[in-house]
Amino acid sequence: MATGTTDIRGERQSERWAFVGSLLQQQGVLIALLIVLAFGLLRYGENFRSSFNIWEMLRNNSYYGLIALGMTFVIMTGGIDLSVGAVVALTSVTAARLSPHGVLVATLGAIALGLGIGLINGGLIARFKIQPFIVTLAMLLACRGGALNLAHNANVSVDFASGFIDLGQKNLGRIPVPVVITVVAYLLASIVLNLTRFGRHTLAIGGNDEASRLAGLPVARTIVSVYALSGALAGLSGAILAALAFTGSPNYGIGWELTAIAAVVVGGTLLTGGRGSVWTTLVGVLLLGLIFNELNFERGKGIFELTQYWEEVIRGAFLLIVVIVQSRLTRRGPAALRT
Amino acid sequence: MANLGRAGTASASTSALRLALPSWLRDASQTQRALSALVVLSLYNAIFTNNFLTLATLRVNLTQVATIVIVGVGMTLVIATGGIDLSVGALMAIAGMVAPKIFMSERGPLDSPWVAVPLAIVVPILVAGAFGVFNGTLVTWFRIQPIIATLVLFLGGRGIAKALSDGKLVEFRNPNFDYIGTGRPLGIPVQVILMAIIVALAAWVMRGTTFGRYVLATGGNEPAARLAGVPVDRVKIAVYAISGLLAGLAGLIVISLNTSADPYRVGEGMELDAIAAAAVGGTVLTGGRATVVGTLIGASIIHQIRYTLISHGVADGTTRIVVAATIILAVLLQWRGD
Repeated sequence: MATGTTDIRGERQSERWAFVGSLLQQQGVLIALLIVLAFGLLRYGENFRSSFNIWEMLRNNSYYGLIALGMTFVIMTGGIDLSVGAVVALTSVTAARLSPHGVLVATLGAIALGLGIGLINGGLIARFKIQPFIVTLAMLLACRGGALNLAHNANVSVDFASGFIDLGQKNLGRIPVPVVITVVAYLLASIVLNLTRFGRHTLAIGGNDEASRLAGLPVARTIVSVYALSGALAGLSGAILAALAFTGSPNYGIGWELTAIAAVVVGGTLLTGGRGSVWTTLVGVLLLGLIFNELNFERGKGIFELTQYWEEVIRGAFLLIVVIVQSRLTRRGPAALRT
Repeated sequence: MANLGRAGTASASTSALRLALPSWLRDASQTQRALSALVVLSLYNAIFTNNFLTLATLRVNLTQVATIVIVGVGMTLVIATGGIDLSVGALMAIAGMVAPKIFMSERGPLDSPWVAVPLAIVVPILVAGAFGVFNGTLVTWFRIQPIIATLVLFLGGRGIAKALSDGKLVEFRNPNFDYIGTGRPLGIPVQVILMAIIVALAAWVMRGTTFGRYVLATGGNEPAARLAGVPVDRVKIAVYAISGLLAGLAGLIVISLNTSADPYRVGEGMELDAIAAAAVGGTVLTGGRATVVGTLIGASIIHQIRYTLISHGVADGTTRIVVAATIILAVLLQWRGD
């Protein structure tokens, strides 16, 4: 479109493309979720739509949901947090160690530790201008080391008498506690993102770091806050995981950062920052969870052999497809998409 | 895109940190600082660590540092173009799982070690190189940020390695193949010789060839390099391919040293070691400045810190924390235009 003699048809066509692109970008993940859901209902019937399967699937995706929520805020500022999986491991061990003191102490302890780690990440990134991936990759190493020390190189069993396992196992009515926690977290996050100054700053910084600084926004404080939030949510996730699995382990959470990033990106949050929504991230988490749930059913049918190791390959491939589609769509209709 | 690398201008806090350093250290280049740190560390070990100054210790340490250096050289080239390669550890694991499949199959022509062993060395390295090309393609054609593009194989690649062996450890005994991890012509371990050749070659490429200048130009100012006629995309694909090839070689060295291939452990954490080696040695993480010899020094520092802590009975967990802190400190002390 660089020349002045663009014919109208070409322009219309590119407009139509931009429209299709923006529709796919905004609603694509929801459409994909519905398709995958319909496929599951048709193919696996009774067992798939049983309330047991649905609630267990949601329960076992709640911890992904929490770290993906923190990751959404981090990515919206244009950063990345590669330490969340290791923070989950460290805080799962912490929660297991604190579990004899009751559910409140163990959970708050795990959250506080995660928050502290996030503050260090954010502090190093905002104050000393080190790239986020270096800081959080080093933090990944340090947290795995800390988890090994705290767990004495073994798994740590939780205390069953103190009520700590209620955090993962109990239901409120029919709804599992981890699911309630996750939904509340998303509600709060949505309010924060849409209605508070902090939310606006988060998006503004990701959109244009330098302009935000010049406009007098508290860039450093906002960056520290998003990493602290990501750390705290990873801490909560670690506590829930320990309560669900009855153990804390330094080997938990390997590769979870990728799952979280994939969920965020499939939700349409731009990896370069400046745009995003927490609800599409939640849909992204559900989409990934549903795909693996259906793969389990497929394995049960015995039509093809799929070892658990392929799961990691599929997660990688999923992220790959998502980023490729996103990069294509973003380039196709930039004007229509920057809304 | 630029937002992911938030290392723009040196901030007030880094300048304050800089002023706290003694003047000779402040004026030295990062590589010179790294070299002095290595000397201090070695002196400490010579005095306080038992058996440090023996030929056997030197040989073991060189053997272990060689894989970090080999992968680190590839990483240095990638970083020099302003990229990053998080997939190296997983590519090591893939190469490490492919090799035993070839020399243990004994099917058809593979029955003869004269065919099987060379193939078991060449094919896995080429496979890892092909994955490197894949990374490079994602970064150039699809314009995906290097961190995300290589993150795909960081996890997916290890999944492939596990799937290749069904998640099991593969043990083997093959004296011909093991030569690349245990052979000692003239008393020098083979991988140390390989390391020396690779460092010398890469240092020459970066200093004396057009390709080396293209790499630095791409990382220094990509739009300008493009306008000046540098084939930026081809240069980028090449550096990711080189990084993959070198990771493949390192994977083979590791499995032959262990006479077993473990899809979980081969190359675990190598991406961080390699990035750290480059950063500690003086390669600027935002691209445009690179030193291969610095990476050799950086890898030696990282390895010797780990060796020192372990030989003084510090727990494995604490060792990891200290190494992580070292990496942050090294990046913190690094600033533009030193």
